[in-house]
Amino acid sequence: MEFTFDLNTIWFLIIGILLIGYSILDGFDLGVGALHLFVKDDTERRIMLNSIGPVWDGNEVWLVTGGGALFAAFPHVYATVFSGFYTAIMMLLFMLIFRAVAIEFRSKRPMRWWRQMWDTAFSIASIFIAFLAGIAVGNLITGIPLNANKEFIGTFWGLINPYTVLVGVTTVALFMMHGAIYGVMKTENELHNKLRGWVNNTIIFFIICYITTTMSTLIYYPHMIQHFKEYPILFVLALLNMLAIANIPREISKGKDFFAFLSSCASIAALLTLFAFGVFPNFVIASNNPEFSLNIYNAASSHKTLNIMLIIALIGIPFVLAYTISIYWIFRGKVKLNNMSY
Amino acid sequence: MHFFSTLMVSFGSMFSAVWIVVANSWQQTPAGFHVVGEGINARAEITDFWAMVLNPSSVDRVLHVISGCWLAGAFLIISISAYYIIKNRHIRFAKSSIKIALFVALIASLFQLFTGHSSAVGVSKNQPAKLAAMEAVFDDQTNAQLYLFGWVNEEKQEVNFSIAIPGMLSYLIGFDTETKVTGLNSFKEEDRPPVNIVFQAYHLMVAIGMLLIVLSMFGVFFWIRGTLFKQKWLMWAFVFSVLLPQIANQVGWITAEVGRQPWIVYGLLRTSEGLSKAVSADQVWFSLILFTLIYIGLFILFVYLLNEKIKHGPEDVDAIPSEIGHPKS
Repeated sequence: MEFTFDLNTIWFLIIGILLIGYSILDGFDLGVGALHLFVKDDTERRIMLNSIGPVWDGNEVWLVTGGGALFAAFPHVYATVFSGFYTAIMMLLFMLIFRAVAIEFRSKRPMRWWRQMWDTAFSIASIFIAFLAGIAVGNLITGIPLNANKEFIGTFWGLINPYTVLVGVTTVALFMMHGAIYGVMKTENELHNKLRGWVNNTIIFFIICYITTTMSTLIYYPHMIQHFKEYPILFVLALLNMLAIANIPREISKGKDFFAFLSSCASIAALLTLFAFGVFPNFVIASNNPEFSLNIYNAASSHKTLNIMLIIALIGIPFVLAYTISIYWIFRGKVKLNNMSY
Repeated sequence: MHFFSTLMVSFGSMFSAVWIVVANSWQQTPAGFHVVGEGINARAEITDFWAMVLNPSSVDRVLHVISGCWLAGAFLIISISAYYIIKNRHIRFAKSSIKIALFVALIASLFQLFTGHSSAVGVSKNQPAKLAAMEAVFDDQTNAQLYLFGWVNEEKQEVNFSIAIPGMLSYLIGFDTETKVTGLNSFKEEDRPPVNIVFQAYHLMVAIGMLLIVLSMFGVFFWIRGTLFKQKWLMWAFVFSVLLPQIANQVGWITAEVGRQPWIVYGLLRTSEGLSKAVSADQVWFSLILFTLIYIGLFILFVYLLNEKIKHGPEDVDAIPSEIGHPKS
């Protein structure tokens, strides 16, 4: 197919960038959450929490922004996905609420059972959110049954099959790796060394999942590499992705934690870009009849709306980038606990 | 740095309130769009961004909602400060807090009179069925009365146990008792909102609004007289006053949303037509029950923790370490 760089494509890109931003940012705090229960000591758990303390809610804003942009730019995608995945999305919301509450409430009381309860809620919610996000991506790869009115006609259990579960587990593994590296960057001494040891395990776990997922995609969902056959240059992305992943243990062993983290960010960005090229120009593939698929044209808002939103985005994005960068700058360095901490 | 963050939290809250209310106001009084397509494919497309944002009800409602939030915030501070004053703890902190909050409360509660009035006039023009439900007007009439309270019998179309001021409703919406108020019977039966719920919610909101003005005036009156902190009864009233704006804000929204029924977008799209076909009633029940349970649970936790925090009180002002500008770094 021919690429035409029009307004609809720009919005596909913007939403892609927002979701990549979300995966990179919330990815590490979900990953820290997934590893949380493996840390036993109360002080160490507080350090884990406070490593993400000032930034996790700002990170989740990227998801809200992505959802908001989707709602305004591609309302049919929003309507189909949010209605079709209703139960799954309600569970996601449920988990997001509990995770937020757990972070805020945990250290407010000293009782052991209280803290254990919120630690468990925090960790399980983190894993579950990552898993559900993966299931969603999996379903966008496999496609879901739609009718001519762009309505979802499948069931909740239809969304869960071996392939989507595999993508879910891969996402958890990816975020665990990402979170472990972030943890290494933000901690000192004993906890630092412990996390450094975990990085390798999470990398191995991720690579196994990644290879399995890639193989299954190539075998069962070859439409994902259609564009790659037409534009072989895109394979460079896949190569870069592998290099980024391979670079992580190298940087970790050299003690350059920040570069390891950058590599991890790059590999998440590359993975999602590969996914985006795979589905483009579709958002939601109709598994029963390709004609019912929602793409960047039949699911879009009017050109006027897209134009207005582009102006708003151009005004808003510099602000978001500026405050995101300044927050990370203010809270740079290793975590130190004080009476203002979680 | 802390002051800057506090300002940003405040501006951010108000900024998001603006857009939330703008979106909701468009549902009440849609503007700046045209409908493209037919039947199930019909959709409203934007033609004029500013006409859409500044639709006929936005400005009034944004001001009314933000002022309602100020009231909720002010009375929370008033309540906690009054509690400290009664318990004779953190006196200096409590006294200065309560004064700032009383000042905000007085201004905001009086401001609500104007924004509320202006909103109601807007409703009478743009959503006459809603106004008719708010005041239980069944037949078109001039010299329409304003109820202070009552209980609406929707079948017999009467208002029982009521006290009303004759002509006041007509006067308020047009500054003339001869202003005609459109009654519910002028609308097709399927276009009428439920009356008693809207009536009760609306009257409760207005009653609480008046009570808040009275409370703030008492507070400021005794403050000027210099005897504010000796008025034990008023301090106790303040402690419980935290609930009032919360209730008023909720019933205000009930008035706005139930009063808009049966429309999800007033005059354009019925709520029954806005249903998602892919979501079954069971799924909706599941989520409703789930979230009700969550919010009840969280509410209990919230009250428990807030109570602990209030009992613990503020850090001693002089004891705050000097490196406060860089916490957690």
